[in-house]
Parts: sequence; C-alpha cells; structure tokens
Amino acid sequence: MTVSANSTAEQKKFNIDTVEHAASTPDTPLPWAELGLKEDEYNRVVEILGRRPTAAELAMYSVMWSEHCSYKSSKVHLKQFGDKVTEKMKEHLLVGIGENAGVVDIGEGWAVTFKVESHNHPSFVEPYQGAATGVGGIVRDIISMGARPVAVMDPLRFGAIDHPDTARLVHGIVSGIGGYGNSLGLPNIGGEVVFDSVYQGNPLVNALAVGVMRHEDIRLANASGAGNKVVLFGARTGGDGIGGASVLASESFDDAKPSKRPAVQVGDPFAEKVLIECCLELFKASVVEGIQDLGAAGISCATSELASNGDGGMHVELTKVLLRDPSLTPGEILMSESQERMMAVVTPENVEAFEAIMDKWNVEYSWLGEVTDTGRLIIDWDGETIVDVDPRTVAHEGPVYNRPFHRPEWLDGVQADSFGEERPFGGEAVKNAVLELMASPNMCDKSWVTNQYDRYVQGNTALAMPDDAGVIRVDEETGLGVAISTDANGRYTYLNPYEGAKLALAESYRNVATSGARPMAVTDCLNFGSPEDPEVMWQFAEAVRGLADGCQELGVPVTGGNVSLYNQTGGVAIHPTPVVGVLGVFDDVARRTPSGWREDGQAIYLMGVTRDELDGSEFANLRGHLGGQPPKVDLQAEKLLGDLLINASRDGMIDAAHDLSEGGLAAALSEMALRFGVGARIGLDEVAERDGVDLFTLLFSESQARAVVSVARSEEVRFKDMCSARGFAHSRIGVVDTEIGALDFQGHFVLPLDELKEAHEGTLPKHFG
Amino acid sequence: MSTPLIGDYSAAPEDAALRAVRVGVITFPGTLDDRDAARAVRLAGGTAVELWHGDANLHDVDAVIIPGGFSYGDYLRAGAISRFAPLMEKVVDASKGGMPVLGICNGFQILTEAHLLPGSMIKNDHLKFMCRDQLLRVENNATAWTSGYTQGEGMVIPLKNQDGQYVADEKTLDELEGEGRVVFRYDGFNPNGSRRDIAGITNAAGNVVGLMPHPEHAVEAGFGPDSSARGDVALRGGTDGIGVFTSVLTSLVAGGK
Repeated sequence: MTVSANSTAEQKKFNIDTVEHAASTPDTPLPWAELGLKEDEYNRVVEILGRRPTAAELAMYSVMWSEHCSYKSSKVHLKQFGDKVTEKMKEHLLVGIGENAGVVDIGEGWAVTFKVESHNHPSFVEPYQGAATGVGGIVRDIISMGARPVAVMDPLRFGAIDHPDTARLVHGIVSGIGGYGNSLGLPNIGGEVVFDSVYQGNPLVNALAVGVMRHEDIRLANASGAGNKVVLFGARTGGDGIGGASVLASESFDDAKPSKRPAVQVGDPFAEKVLIECCLELFKASVVEGIQDLGAAGISCATSELASNGDGGMHVELTKVLLRDPSLTPGEILMSESQERMMAVVTPENVEAFEAIMDKWNVEYSWLGEVTDTGRLIIDWDGETIVDVDPRTVAHEGPVYNRPFHRPEWLDGVQADSFGEERPFGGEAVKNAVLELMASPNMCDKSWVTNQYDRYVQGNTALAMPDDAGVIRVDEETGLGVAISTDANGRYTYLNPYEGAKLALAESYRNVATSGARPMAVTDCLNFGSPEDPEVMWQFAEAVRGLADGCQELGVPVTGGNVSLYNQTGGVAIHPTPVVGVLGVFDDVARRTPSGWREDGQAIYLMGVTRDELDGSEFANLRGHLGGQPPKVDLQAEKLLGDLLINASRDGMIDAAHDLSEGGLAAALSEMALRFGVGARIGLDEVAERDGVDLFTLLFSESQARAVVSVARSEEVRFKDMCSARGFAHSRIGVVDTEIGALDFQGHFVLPLDELKEAHEGTLPKHFG
Repeated sequence: MSTPLIGDYSAAPEDAALRAVRVGVITFPGTLDDRDAARAVRLAGGTAVELWHGDANLHDVDAVIIPGGFSYGDYLRAGAISRFAPLMEKVVDASKGGMPVLGICNGFQILTEAHLLPGSMIKNDHLKFMCRDQLLRVENNATAWTSGYTQGEGMVIPLKNQDGQYVADEKTLDELEGEGRVVFRYDGFNPNGSRRDIAGITNAAGNVVGLMPHPEHAVEAGFGPDSSARGDVALRGGTDGIGVFTSVLTSLVAGGK
C-alpha cells in the first residue's frame, strides 16, 4: 500500500523547537530532570552541542543515555567479557558483543544467533503486555541479525507463591508470554520458574530467543552508502512506551510516584509474525543493506545507532513517520517504544523490490530520508531542522560511570552463618523431606506454566521442558542442531556474587552437556538492584568478574546479553541474579539424552562427589535459612563431566542423564523417575560411605559437577572404563525397575511414584487454579 | 536401545504414484503450522505445494490442507477474516466437487467460518492456552483423511490452542452423531469443554474434515509426543498422526488420481 505523510495541518499545531530557535534562546529551561538526565549529564549535552539542545535532541539524549540503553554504570565492568576472550574462544564466533545479538558458527554453513534480555519493570506494572513485549523485543533482535527465529525460553522469578500479588503477576506474565510467543509460531523450549519473596516488588521476566541462518545471510545494523534510503516499516508509531527505557527501566519503583503504566508498550503479535516473514523475504531477496529493530528508545535509538555504526550520517524527515496518534510531538515520536517496527537502509535500485515485498505482506512503510556523508544525524520536522547531532555522541559516547562500590559489611556475618538446623534422620523423616522438597514452589512440577506454551510448532523440537535443555534441530537433512539452557541462583549469588555467577554458568553448561550437546557460547541477563548503592554495585562487579573468569576457564565466550539494574523497591534490592544462557551444538540431535530413564534393568550411576554443602540450598531455603558459602565451583571438573556426558551420549552409552543442581540428588532421582513414570531400586550406602556423608546430606547437598545417568547393561563396562580413564568419580547407585512403581531407597524407605507425583504436580494448580 | 533415530521414519516405501499426489498447504498472514503440514505430506510420501491466500487458483493440487496458526491474529473471531481470502472461494468450490480438504486447528475454525463444516469453536472452558499430548478415538474411518485407521482406533497427537471448545446447537450435534460425521473424539479427558467430546468432524460427503488437535505434529519419530495409542514409544516417538496424511494420498491414488 502507498502511504502519504501526515497532513501539514497536524504538523503545525506544535511550537517546534528548531535548532535555530535553540541557538537563539539559550536560557529556555528544559525538563531534563523529568526525562531522567542528571545535571552533569545535561551539561555535557550542552557542551557537545555548543548550545542548549532542542526539545527533540533532549528527548534523544535522555533515552539513549539512560542506564537501560547506555550501560553507563555497567560498561566499565562488562568490558571484561571482551578482555578475557582468547583467540581460541573466538574461533566459532561470527559476530561478537555489540550487535543486536551474537552469532555462532555451528558448522555446515549454518549459524545461530541467540540472546537473553530482561523486561522486568514493565512486567510488574502491566504483567501481560510487559511480558508479551519482552518476547517481541528479543525476537526482533534475532530477526535483525538476518535469522529466522526458531525458539524462545523464559526464565521467570516471582515473589512468594502465597503473597496476594503473586497470582496477578503469574497469570499475567505467563499468559502474556504464551499469548505473544504462541502467536508467532515459536516453540517455547525451556526456562525457569522461581519463587522468592525478594522478587515481590520486582519480578524478573527474562526472555531468550534463538535464530538460525546461513552464514551468508548475516545482517548488521549499520547505515552505509550515501544516497541510500532509510525506511521505517511495520506497526505505526503511537504514544505507548514513551520513556520506557529511561523513566521506567532505569529507576527504582517508589510508591509515592504516579503509576508508570503509560510507559509500558502494547504488543501486537500478529503484526510481529507478519514482520518476521516479511523481513526474511527481504533478506532472501537481498534488498536491505542494514537493518535495526526498534526497541528501547525507538527511533532515537534506531537512527543514531544505524548512523553511528555506518560510515556517514543520516538525514530524515520526521513528519513522514506514520502515526497511530496524530497529536504526538516530535520528541514523543523519537522516544516512543511502539512495538513491531523495523528500520532499514535500502539502495535506490532496490526501492521497488522492497515495496513489492511490503505490499505482499500488507506491511505499512514510509521512506524517512537517506544516508549522507556529513557525519551528522539531521532530523527535520516539516523541513525545519530539529535535531543536528553527531550520532556517535548519542549512541556510543554517553556517560560512563565508575560508580563507587564496596563489599557489604553484613556479608561476613551472613557467610559465617552456616546451615545449622536439625537434619532429618531415619527413613521416614528423609522420605518426608523428599516429598516436601518436590512439592515446594521452586522444585514442583512447572507444567501449569509450560503447558500454556506451544512446544511443537515448527516441528523441530527434540527436547523441551522438563528436560535439562531445550533442543532444536537446525538442519533436517543432517540432524545438526542446538541445545540451550538458562540458569541462575539468586541465593548463591547473594552469599557470594563472584562464585554465584560462576555457579550459574556451571549449571547452564552442565545442563547443555547433560543433554549431549557441546557448549559453544554464552548469553547473560544480569539482574541487579540499584547501581547507585555501592553494595549492589559491588555485587555486580563481582558477578561480572566471576562470569568472565568462568567463561575463560570453560572456553565459552559471552556473545551478548543485557543488564537490568534498579530492580529494587523502597530501598530493598533483589538478590543479585545473573541469568546465564549456554548454547551447545549437536552434530545430530538424534543423540540427545532425555532426563528420565525408561528401560528396565538399566544401571543407574551417580557421577561426581558429594560434599556437605547445604548452605544456600533449596532445603535450607525451605527452613528459611540463607547463610554460609554456596557450593564450591570446580570448572575443571565441570568440563570433564561435560566431556564424559557428551561422549557417552554420542557413543550411545547412556539412555538418560540429569544434572544435579537445586535440590541435589533427591530432586534428580525424583525427576528422572517422574519423567516417564518409571521407578528404580536405589542403594546409596556405599557412595555415602565413600564420600563420608549421611543419607540426608547425600540426597540434599547441592555439590556441583554431578549428574545421574542410566546405562544399558551392555554398555556398563565401556562407561565405567571411560570414567576411570579420565579419573572421574562414578558409582553405581541403582537399577531401573519398570515394575515397582516407586523409588525404593533400599534399607531406608520406599517412595511410591503416585505419592511423589501427587506432591510434585499439585502445588502450582493449588495456588493458581 | 529401542529409540529410533530421528528422521528415519517413513510411512511407506517411496512410491511414484503417491509422490505424484499434490497436496496444497495454504498460508495466510499469521499461519504458523504451514511448514509442519507440508513436512507431514512429504513424510507420508506425497508432494506438498505451497499456496498463498491471495493466489487466484489452486495450482492443480489434488487436496488442500488449511494449517493451524492465528490467521490475522484471531483478533476478531478465529478464522472470521481468512474465510474471505480469494483462495478460499476456490477451496469452497473444489470441496463441492469432492476435493479432500483438511482444516487443522485454525484451519478447522476457518472451515466452520466458511460454512463447509457446522458449529464453531469458542474459548477453552478453562480460559487458558493449552498444549498437551491428547488421546483421540477415530470414530469414522470412511473419510478421505481417516481411511488408513481402523474404526475406533486410538491416536495420541498434540493439542495446542486457546479457542478449542467445539460448540453447536443440539440439533446439529444430533445430526452429526446420527450421520456418523463425528470423525475424532477426545478420549479419557476432554481438554476444553467441547460438546460431546468432539475433536473433529466431517461434511456429509466425507471429503472435508476439520479437527482441533494437530496430526502434523505426530508424524516423525523424535519430534512427536512422548506416547502413542499403538503402544509404548520412545522419547517424542509418537507418530500416530501420519495416518491422516497417508490416508488422503492412498485414497486419491485408489480413486484413480
């Protein structure tokens, strides 16, 4: 369809603050503080421009220099992810940090792009739309790399399960993710659901998307080639999401302030689905030179980033932007975070082909202007210049803060407070503890949530929840595919941010290896409190250091991600929660390992060593205790365990594998039995004696670098030889039994699967209907 | 180890007569399961033909599948806009001439909106989107799309929708039952409040079939449900849905296509 610009009658109803006007009225007071800028930041804008900014320029700088867009507090720490990457780690990286999402070479000419982002603040204010547009935003990041999105995952954290506000958030957020993701035709293959009162006023809604492309299809966000046309397409620009990045995502919540609901965007998944297909057709036809999605900071971000990543400047006419609401001011148009929009750069020769594809998909578009060689980003309103800036000063040269940080004084006391509650003793008490654990909000069955997501669409899902990782086939001919897992443990990170971040990485790495895939790359979503609090800033600095060190040790690079700060309400911050996503690769997804056993008579092995590590554990959490040090991380052991699991899967030695993490061996055995409803006889006395722990500790400790596998009798010798040759502890702890319908902990207690299942599956329906 | 390798499932040995059958799969804006339906046709031994809702003709296909999704976002009533697509007129005409037409999920909704099938779908009684592996019974194996099943045979295929509750007035329901036009019925568990546990129906001639669950997601070992009505299957090994696609190919070949 063809489109005309907004009528001039509408344009004239504003008093337009032009560059010329700004230069002649230096003393006009501007609302920089209301827009979230600090005084010194505003002064810097004036210094850069050599005059006061126009209203439109102020709008641009205020959103682009917000914490959310500029990473001004986190930048100085995040650079470790680049500094600590070795050449070897970059071997499979096609695109690294800094673009919309990183791209990894997975072989056979295929590339995969993936990234996790937060949509925490909007999801608290307006759960359905906040969560929905979180999915929409990350999916557009993936499209703008040139990839077809193939799956999503959602790590979620809520307040206490029985708090009166939690049901509102759970219902809204889960149905928002489902409502948007299901309508896009993207299988949802995993994630996390955690309940903890520290997230009461600050739920964490992180969204991960993964996309697939051929190497030659990679697209980048830059505007090159003077004379090339700049086009905005997709949904119209409206008044939703104005200030989403600045006043919403970059400040703490405070009851005294007015509702921030208008700052939340409203999603239209149908428009996004059409946008996906239409972009893929543009890529296939090679008619776009550069492309950028519109997310946080909308047109401000897209124009300044495209221009500053390119080789020149850009000149656009803002009245050409198609509006849903004709009363929007130029500043509002620049700041609007209306969803389902993209900006592209097209050569004049391709304009016609571009328009034909838009028309086929009934997507609206408008040509805004062109790429120039002036080095300036110039934005006009009806021919009069309202923005004249160096785009780099907007997009890349924002403020950088070395915020003060120090180790909290309270931490010594917390770390000294080791779990000292009475431990259940004797078969009956331990059995009851297992049931209590498996029914607890964090360990219970999550299918109430995951059954609201489509895991089948696209026909390539080889594993999904509740298995350790989501697995997607990329190439139907060869079976080449990827595995992804996301993990974080806020309690561990609270006790020790450096180790906690490494623990999140270790768990995610272990999950991917447990599914049988070789870990290749990392994305992270760093959820923390206010950077203006030196203790929070210390947690952040320590977590980033830990994650960067861990990635280096495991040899997997961070390819991109997101930082979400100001997750605090009334001065109380969330637990530091670095969510780590690891991507792994399969030569053939047929070799993926499920998390449950099925075959009668298979031997069950526990790999790894158990220590007395209950601090920060789920069991301690059930007793309301949080203190001590989190479990010890040994990344060399993780690497070794990962190699063994990958080899065992590839060579067909194991039929089931499950990593040990939250809830320890008790949770792992329960989940493996419940996966296909098949019981087992378990003998733990030998391994308890070997490791010098009692039955309860063996079952509930959260020692790392452990997994349980089931091994066919014919493969047992080969499996044991492999573990022995690599010097990795392994112990036969049982046999799969398809007849008994129970987990028989021989000599201690028998746990009928019916009873376990009832406890495990009842919790979420009981709370949420 | 009994787990079959992914992708090695084939419903039948390569057969030139089956491969010559052309099954069209229509894509509307917002269609999601089109590639899955096309894959199911290929795995069943036939040839899948992409059709665009704006196409002027059916490109010489022998049968048509209207796949699942949220055409036009389902913002009005599911399927209410798609029925007006130019290609739908051709589908309606062809179906009257006896061409086999299958509507899955949103496709079923479109077929009811186009009045090729009676009744309608409203929101699930529990008001949530639901994705689950669902047991069905084949209640009529005389249609073009179910001839490969035995009467009363069970099948486990994925169900995934928000608006899946089949409703019709009592008279229509009685007619459907009386004429044997209930093709699939939910077995054991009614997932959405559908009247009389109806999961799928056919027209009087038996060439047009609509159902809410997704047979095209249970056609390839390794990517289907964890269970099967035909006995124990390995992880995601359920392929009970493939019979829907082999049925139409074999019935077209037998009919002299």
